[in-house]
Amino acid sequence: MSDSIIQINNVSKWFDKFQALKDITMEVKKKEKIVVCGPSGSGKSTLIRCINRLEEHQKGEIIVDGIVISKDTKNIEKVRAEVGMVFQQFNLFPHLSIIDNCTLAPIWVKKMPKKQAEELALKHLKRVQILDQAQKFPSQLSGGQQQRVAIARALCMEPKIMLFDEPTSALDPEMIKEVLDVMVNLAKQGMTMIVVTHEMGFAKEVADKMIFMDEGMIVEKADTKDFFANPINDRTKLFLSQIL
Amino acid sequence: MNKINLLKPNKENLNIFLFLGVFFFSIGIVDFCLNNFLDKNITFFLPGFISFFTPFIFGLIGLHFIRVEYSGIKILDELNKTINSNNFNAALSVFIILLIIFCIPPVLNWFIFDANFSGNTKEACSGDGACWVYIKVWFNRLMYGMYPNTEQWRINTTFIIVLAFIVISYFFSAKFKKYLIIYYTIFLPIFSFLLIYYLISGGEFGLKRIETSAWGGLSLTFIISFFSLIFCFPLGMLLALGRRSELPVLKYSSIIFIEFWRGVPLITVLFMSAVMFPMFLPEGTYVDKLIRVIVAIILFEAAYIAEVIRGGLQALSLGQYDAAKSLGMGYWRMYLFVILPQALKLVIPGIANTFLALVKDTPLIFVVGLLELAGMTNLAKTNPEWLGFSMEGYVFAGIIFWIICYSMSRYSFNLEVKYKTDK
Repeated sequence: MSDSIIQINNVSKWFDKFQALKDITMEVKKKEKIVVCGPSGSGKSTLIRCINRLEEHQKGEIIVDGIVISKDTKNIEKVRAEVGMVFQQFNLFPHLSIIDNCTLAPIWVKKMPKKQAEELALKHLKRVQILDQAQKFPSQLSGGQQQRVAIARALCMEPKIMLFDEPTSALDPEMIKEVLDVMVNLAKQGMTMIVVTHEMGFAKEVADKMIFMDEGMIVEKADTKDFFANPINDRTKLFLSQIL
Repeated sequence: MNKINLLKPNKENLNIFLFLGVFFFSIGIVDFCLNNFLDKNITFFLPGFISFFTPFIFGLIGLHFIRVEYSGIKILDELNKTINSNNFNAALSVFIILLIIFCIPPVLNWFIFDANFSGNTKEACSGDGACWVYIKVWFNRLMYGMYPNTEQWRINTTFIIVLAFIVISYFFSAKFKKYLIIYYTIFLPIFSFLLIYYLISGGEFGLKRIETSAWGGLSLTFIISFFSLIFCFPLGMLLALGRRSELPVLKYSSIIFIEFWRGVPLITVLFMSAVMFPMFLPEGTYVDKLIRVIVAIILFEAAYIAEVIRGGLQALSLGQYDAAKSLGMGYWRMYLFVILPQALKLVIPGIANTFLALVKDTPLIFVVGLLELAGMTNLAKTNPEWLGFSMEGYVFAGIIFWIICYSMSRYSFNLEVKYKTDK
């Protein structure tokens, strides 16, 4: 178990009376790529938001890189600095230029000197092929470009794990590819990734493991090949027949 | 030549229509001027009711004639598009033009042509127009209150120094820019307070001590507004954050504080601060009345600022909080670098609104016997030697307040433009 980086044991979460996660147990190994899919409202977003404590779980245990996630804010900030996250709505900071979006956290959270942070930011902006827009503001960029900046911003914290929460769902079809390309590259370079997405083409290409969730439970967990070739559960079959 | 259809001005007969239009419009204006200023009615032969409306009707006909579509004359097209697009708009335009002609001369007469500027006594005023002599004689009082004339340089010096220190901050190099908040909220208030304490109040270094009850006029308006603005902003910000906090103690104490100060009228707060507050103090301690009043205004306005800022905080999407948190920022870093810059930008108009209201609320300090600009005006008009000039005094005070408030309003607008980074 030495190469496991995230452990989720018997985690449950309630929003008031509604139970969003029911007794979830899973494990992510280093450099593993996991794609989570399932119908809307099935708890996939909630699950990955629990990993960096954007949502609080009420029962069970989440361990990220040896740190147990609890109410202790110091621990949470440590985990968040190690876990990057990309959101459906990009959530760039509209009052800052692209480069400032990327350097803000390294400078103020990691206490990096400004020069070094800027070099780092430029490196990652180049990696997502958006170097020439560095001085612009988010509102001047297209959706696809904004999402790539969001990826670069997360990478600037040099995280060990990247979480993607439906990164392409808010994009126009012609922009989806440019974002997926960046994610595929990232996967090839060995990043540990958990991706919530409906892009099954992407899943087939990069995922090591597939997780199918419904009504707050993990319905099926399998290697990618098996998952698409012979799904076991009926609900998985139904879902796949609708989405493929 | 084409046949002329008077109901439909067209481009073919542009010159004729232009001539007719300008002619009728001029007749309307001339008729109106003659009626109003020379008491001559050139349409006396018409029944009284119609005669009264002739300028309006002539103007309307004139505008109708010049309403030629795509005339090719730039100014005319622009006019037709903006003030003369249809008969109703034309009627409104004529009405407003006549109203301006009607109003401006009497106002100008009162302000300038019939007004009295020279002389130093009441007798110098003829009474036809404004008596600016009154303002001239009382000018020192309106500016400095009861502060002795010979000591007024102390106020002037203080203001110039403080102003210089504010201006200097604009020339800070980028390296010091991040300390601006500290400069404004800590250094500047303390420095100004010491300056006011030693220079305006005096009592040391061989300067004569002058009680705050003698301060007044515009300088007092500035002193009170300055300190209130500087302190009520950060306090309001903390209250807004407190009200949204998850810690119950902080949250409910903020709510109680805000709702208490928003619920009571400023005038009672001022009254309490001056009359009731000293009773709660232990024997022998004394806090100056002016300080008590300023503190009262700060607490009062901070509650309003807090609610304005809270509005801005709520306008931000939760995604911004998520993004900041996911990058590992703690509470203060998240608010300082991500949330507050955006929220404050959103509420610049609201904050400017509150600040303007604050400046215009300062005259209320008359209830505790402090007389700033409006208060001094009030006092001056009751002077037995200068009875009957309250109009001039209030107009003067109004103009000064307008200048102050309009500058603040323009400044806030500039800030809005400067920090606009989204579409």
